[in-house]
Amino acid sequence: MKLRYETKQEYEIVIIDEERIDAHNSGDLKEALLHKIEQGNTHLIVQLAQVRFIDSSGLGALLAAYKKINAGHGRLMLVHVQAQVLAMFELTRLTQVFDIYAELDDILAHHQ
Amino acid sequence: MGIPVFQVDVIIPTQTRYLSLIGHIGERIANELDTYAGDKVQLAYDLNLVLTEATANAIKHAKTNSLKETVRILIQIEENELIIKVFDHGQGFDLKNIEPLDFANPQETGMGLFFIKTYMDSVSYTITPDVNILAISKKLS
Repeated sequence: MKLRYETKQEYEIVIIDEERIDAHNSGDLKEALLHKIEQGNTHLIVQLAQVRFIDSSGLGALLAAYKKINAGHGRLMLVHVQAQVLAMFELTRLTQVFDIYAELDDILAHHQ
Repeated sequence: MGIPVFQVDVIIPTQTRYLSLIGHIGERIANELDTYAGDKVQLAYDLNLVLTEATANAIKHAKTNSLKETVRILIQIEENELIIKVFDHGQGFDLKNIEPLDFANPQETGMGLFFIKTYMDSVSYTITPDVNILAISKKLS
């Protein structure tokens, strides 16, 4: 799983540099996100611009991270979600769980 | 069952590294369905997803992930129907025991078969002493 990290304001941004999240790499994603939360990051943004395919295990990895950060009163946000990937969140009604933004600036501007 | 227009028969080791290959085969097959009147881009995604989920399920239930253990995926395209059969040698499971998704309290697992049931028209799972078969079909017209 190719991941990059950036920090902006109080946000830790996890950029997924993969076209595909499936049962082969979703375990790595889950581990990386949980590690970031365990390090004390309470405002996590996952950037999915490159991701054009996600399966149930990928959704499960994001959900595991959401549950962990939410238990500590932190926030996990998703940004740049492609249409077909977004459709998976809609089908499972995970759009009601995750805060999903079109642009990173929508999050950053909101908190300035 | 009609006569297949064409079929793709793949055997892979029970390892998740092959999921991408199987998913891409599904996408390419969708692009080959010249007579399909629906949204082919969406069908390509759906077949990628369904094949990925069905194969991942077979790998998950396999006894080991040794290179000797395999999953067979058979994709048959008939004039008006697409049929996927995934053959595994694992312990098997009962489709009737699969819980529906709890949208109010989402869980990290259990979404795979929900996707298969949502995107396809019929799903069955047959356990035999020799092999288990997950059979999925979708009308193409």
